[in-house]
Amino acid sequence: MFWDWQFVGQIIPQLLQAAIVTIFATFLGFLIAAFLGLAFALGRLFGPKWLAIPLVGLIEGIRSTPLLIQIFFIYFVLPEAGISIGALTAGVLALGLHYATYCSEVYRAGLANVPRGQWEASLALNLPTWRTFRDIIIPQAIPPVVPALGNYLVSLFKDTPLLSAIGVLELLQTAKIIGSENFRYTEPITLVGIIFLLLSLASAVIIGFIERWLKRHVMRS
Amino acid sequence: MAGNETMVRFDKVTKRYGNFVVLDQLELEIAPGEKVAIIGPSGSGKTTVLRMLMTLERIDGGVIWVDGEPLTSMRRNGELVPADQRHLRRMRGKIGMVFQHFNLFPHMTALKNCMEAPCAVLNLSKAEAAARATELLEMVGLGNKLNNYPAQLSGGQQQRVAIARALAMRPKVMLFDEVTSALDPELVGEVLNVIRKLGSELDLTMLMVTHQMGFAKEFADRVCFFYQGRICEQGPPQKIFGAPENERTRQFLRAVLEAA
Repeated sequence: MFWDWQFVGQIIPQLLQAAIVTIFATFLGFLIAAFLGLAFALGRLFGPKWLAIPLVGLIEGIRSTPLLIQIFFIYFVLPEAGISIGALTAGVLALGLHYATYCSEVYRAGLANVPRGQWEASLALNLPTWRTFRDIIIPQAIPPVVPALGNYLVSLFKDTPLLSAIGVLELLQTAKIIGSENFRYTEPITLVGIIFLLLSLASAVIIGFIERWLKRHVMRS
Repeated sequence: MAGNETMVRFDKVTKRYGNFVVLDQLELEIAPGEKVAIIGPSGSGKTTVLRMLMTLERIDGGVIWVDGEPLTSMRRNGELVPADQRHLRRMRGKIGMVFQHFNLFPHMTALKNCMEAPCAVLNLSKAEAAARATELLEMVGLGNKLNNYPAQLSGGQQQRVAIARALAMRPKVMLFDEVTSALDPELVGEVLNVIRKLGSELDLTMLMVTHQMGFAKEFADRVCFFYQGRICEQGPPQKIFGAPENERTRQFLRAVLEAA
């Protein structure tokens, strides 16, 4: 038979277990991407002059090289320099760093779109710089770019199978192992595809919720 | 340099954008509690005067004195050196500004707009700041709009919130930069009424750039007519509006009155 439902029932628990790893890597990776990306954008737009050139170099360097190479670099090359980290940690760091550069461009657009009058009012009220950023500028810069950030969340999620290359037991790696042990690839690989599809759709719905909530409760316009 | 006789003094202040001279060695003295209206054609440097006082623009030459101290420089070993952030912050605290386009924080209620800076800068507790903000918003007639967001308010109401927000910082000098220019005509009155009220109830030095000649005439102690980066003519409103000496002033007033 082409499709074996009994086999599906056997491997589902294992795949769901692996899905947790994938989700974990996605969230942790995106958390890094979201915060580091904001730091990159702030550093590039408002940081000291000496910081701008190395920062642009770093961002462009990461954006212009494949994620897989960065994963290998962190996992295989950094230990040579005495920094040894586990496969999952290395993978999450690589995902976070890679997507931080994309997110930083998104934040940059959001920050640049805050009207100049908001800066001037903050200065006229004598607000300290960090309060201006925390209370005035960032709350206005982020809500409009949430849809774009959401796209990168889904992209990052779909890039997690790359972690199978360094042996992280996420969905694809688990499916490969199941396949090679049972000489059946149809069910595990198809199921992985379906799980990715469902999770992508679910996250799109969640991002839509966040977007609407922000519009109603933060933007107020 | 006693602070008692002069609140604000422009001492040969120059501002350039590239080769274009916006303000040319401006001399202007304003007494404490004085209400000065600045009028003039666009591009004459009116708004720049306010923006420089608020430290929103760099000064290219000369010194601005506020309350007896240089605004953007400080004395060190008997010499004037560029001011550090601490000095700038202290000086800025003496000045409040209301903008043409309100510049309210859109993600905060009217009350929060008026609490943010008092909490952050004057270190008031939330309760103190809220009490003061409420009091000020009541004074500008918005006691029933405390929890409204700017987008839920009319232009006139937004501008009144902006006035309350500036007052919450207890400035000595208030700057009004064409505060009614962005408003629908029927909303101008409510904002001017609030400014009148401040004039009579608070001990504030006020400097306003305005196109409301009627209001300038009735409210200001002195009117300065700016032309090409200089004060072309100044004096009490009766004189400027009643018997202007300078030909430029007459031309300008004629053009404004024709439009009205």
